[in-house]
Amino acid sequence: MAPPFALYGREFTCSRKELPLSRPALHLAVELDGDGAHPAAWRRAAHSPDQLLTPRRVAQVAAVAENAGFTLITLDDGVLPPGAAPNPVGRIGAVERAAFVAASTSSIGIAPVVPLTYAEPFHVSSQLASLDHVSAGRAGWVVTEEDQPEAARAWGRPLVEGAEARARESRDGVEVARALWDSWEDDAVIRSVATSRYLDRERLHYIDFTGETYAVKGPAIVPRPPQGQVVVLGRPDRVPAAQLDVGLVGGHDLTSITAAAAAAGTARVFAEVEVALDTPDATAAARVADLERHAPWPDQGRLRHIGSAEQLVALLRELSRHVDGVRLHPLVLDEDLAVLSRLVLPALSERRLVARPLPGTSLRTTLGLARPANRFAAASLPEDAR
Amino acid sequence: MTRTDPLDVPRPHAQLHFGVFFQGVNHWTIWSAPESGSQIDPASFRKVAQTAERGLFDAFFLGEGLRLREVDGKIHDLDVAGRPDALTQLAALAAVTRRIGLVSTSNSTFNEPADLARRLSGLDLLSEGRAGWNVVTTDNAWTGANFRRGGYLDHADRYRRAEEFLTVARALWDGWADGAVAGTQTASNWAAPGAVRQVRHRGPQFDVDLAPTLPRSAQGHPVIFQAGDSGEGRDFAARNADVIFSAHGNDFDDALAFAEDIRTRLRAVGRPDDDLRILPGTEIIIGATEEEAQEKKRWVRLQQVTPATALGIASLLWGIDLSDRDADGPLPAEDPVVAENDGSFGARRIADPRAVVAEWRAKAEAPGWSLRETVIALGPQRGHVGTPAGLADKFAHFVRHGALDGFNVTPYLIPDGLDDIVDLLVPELQERGVYRTEYTGTTLRDHLGLREPLTHRTAADRRQAS
Ligand SMILES: Cc1cc2nc3c(=O)[nH]c(=O)nc-3n(C[C@H](O)[C@H](O)[C@H](O)COP(=O)(O)O)c2cc1C
Repeated sequence: MAPPFALYGREFTCSRKELPLSRPALHLAVELDGDGAHPAAWRRAAHSPDQLLTPRRVAQVAAVAENAGFTLITLDDGVLPPGAAPNPVGRIGAVERAAFVAASTSSIGIAPVVPLTYAEPFHVSSQLASLDHVSAGRAGWVVTEEDQPEAARAWGRPLVEGAEARARESRDGVEVARALWDSWEDDAVIRSVATSRYLDRERLHYIDFTGETYAVKGPAIVPRPPQGQVVVLGRPDRVPAAQLDVGLVGGHDLTSITAAAAAAGTARVFAEVEVALDTPDATAAARVADLERHAPWPDQGRLRHIGSAEQLVALLRELSRHVDGVRLHPLVLDEDLAVLSRLVLPALSERRLVARPLPGTSLRTTLGLARPANRFAAASLPEDAR
Repeated sequence: MTRTDPLDVPRPHAQLHFGVFFQGVNHWTIWSAPESGSQIDPASFRKVAQTAERGLFDAFFLGEGLRLREVDGKIHDLDVAGRPDALTQLAALAAVTRRIGLVSTSNSTFNEPADLARRLSGLDLLSEGRAGWNVVTTDNAWTGANFRRGGYLDHADRYRRAEEFLTVARALWDGWADGAVAGTQTASNWAAPGAVRQVRHRGPQFDVDLAPTLPRSAQGHPVIFQAGDSGEGRDFAARNADVIFSAHGNDFDDALAFAEDIRTRLRAVGRPDDDLRILPGTEIIIGATEEEAQEKKRWVRLQQVTPATALGIASLLWGIDLSDRDADGPLPAEDPVVAENDGSFGARRIADPRAVVAEWRAKAEAPGWSLRETVIALGPQRGHVGTPAGLADKFAHFVRHGALDGFNVTPYLIPDGLDDIVDLLVPELQERGVYRTEYTGTTLRDHLGLREPLTHRTAADRRQAS
């Protein structure tokens, strides 16, 4: 095994090689936006609506997920309101929430959703590299699209029309972000007193990206992220697999998930699963029915589990044979997260199907992914060091 | 300096406000000393912010530059460089500080209001009313090369865009009625019907139509800082800013003239002339005695102005590449070349190089200064040097005479460079009654003693205030 990569002069585990043997069978991610996956989830939340957009709430939900032993939290986002009246119409930006959470947690991975349809890839790259620094290597990024025409009006940019054009923006944006993360070699800061040089400019690189709609010069204004490359998650049918570390695959049933996972072509595959669990007070079905009185739970083409914790454990066990991880979308965070942390994760942990991330470990290492070589540095390295 | 009667001054009760500027660029930050810490480790930011908070500072401040600096088309490699995205770093600091303001320098040219106003609101909510925005403008295509639109803005339009940006941002920040979100779980609507107003704006710079996604914070909305120095920049500040981060804080007369100019501009736009805080950027070097302070200054300058940095500064002045000269030798014999564009970006430009070189030659001759010594003595200057008591007297004089409202201090060492200021200078200031002994409010607006946001004042309030 390669020696650990030193970060800010301290020991930090972000291996240059893959660590397949120590990997648990399954990684669990959880989506923590708002009050839960159901548009009316706020009606069953354990707090009043005006507490949602507060730092206490943001930190508390993340702490529950970290204590439960999840590998990763994701935070949904977009320029448009998260829903429409009478449901929540407010949300703090995912990158800001992620950075805030990073400073109040120690081991869990944190992946904000950042669409690239209209955003500036240069800013997005800086923000995510910075998130990786403030979290000491725990940053991820869920790449999505802004598919509503209202998003163009909000940004004040020409409409990016059609699925193909949106996919192009994602592809080019990820390419730019990734190239910028490599534009500083790890050891670009040399502090050479003898030559009065802080930087070795030979270890900084213009990326000179030219796409169909714009160009980006570089280099980055933020030094290379501790993980080398932030862990990128997205749908393999919307973002080229080679640009993703983790493919997020949907499907209403095991068969379609398995097929999508097999076709993903990404280093890791996570299945998307929506969950509503029985609680001590009400069955999952009753809880869903209660919320359906107010609004339907939109079908996003994902497997949906409505039932007991034990059944979910069995389902996850089955899924662990086909995917590397599962991203859970709980119906109501305040209700389902509690069941997940009291019953589901402990049961999986007992069977050694999941393992909690270790403090001081990068998200990459937790996922068994290697710290990527730098595309610019690799060219100048001697053969045996590659 | 003798102490004047504290009441026989224009502003006997004026208070000094301190911000700390974790700069991350320029030769003022010493990177070569054994105690020079990381410029990117989050622990450095935490240490500086927490020390400032211990010292009851108003604000922790981050700058921004959207392209790495270059000289002669090559990346400038002599100074610290590489810093985190300001808003992302500040959102992390919001979790580990309780009172100090968190100010982000963000560019109004290479951002869009929907995105940036939302990010700033998010910081304001996560910090419970401690966010600030230092509005900076850029027009050059060199920076634009990192962005979708490239270099699209005329120099004359940079503040027009900034102003229109602020108009849209404020509409978004004010888009939710107070108490818009339900306070009980049994409410039938998450937000009161009609409490969120759609923002539609159509102007030369922006054509947008969107729903604001965040409520007001504890301080209404983020405090607006401005750091441009041109006449346009000052007028922009007079119309829009709560705080000016100026470059006029070394010399009392210069500081006072700047402050008077700003007060005149404030009155001209109908604002009370105490409606805005002026916080010049500065450096503070402290010694137990005057001699010790001067000795420390000497050490600091030698670390800052390395031989290569001296040659770099001289190259900029002469307009010639002098990097192969001997910094410890005499001044270059050549006359400076006055170039239209020397290929240097993000670096200082000198208005009349011939006059400056003539002055350097004249002053260096008698003492026989080397080029490096000349740059140290006569090159870019800033800051205050002295004993805690001497500096406290001087700053009390500045603030009580209305020359400024405080300082945005750049520590020359990261992360421990604020320790002396907090441990030695702050108590002296407190003894003189010009510095708070505890935070009396919770928001950045409270700390600065500002009125409510400009858009929240009715015309009647404004008349009454003035
Ligand atoms: C003390 C001071 C600090 C500044 N810091 C920044 C900065 O961090 N980032 C930036 O882009 N511009 C910075 N500026 C530049 C100004 O914000 C402004 O964009 C520039 O001076 C051009 O405007 P002007 O022509 O009105 O002076 C700073 C200016 C001053 C005086």
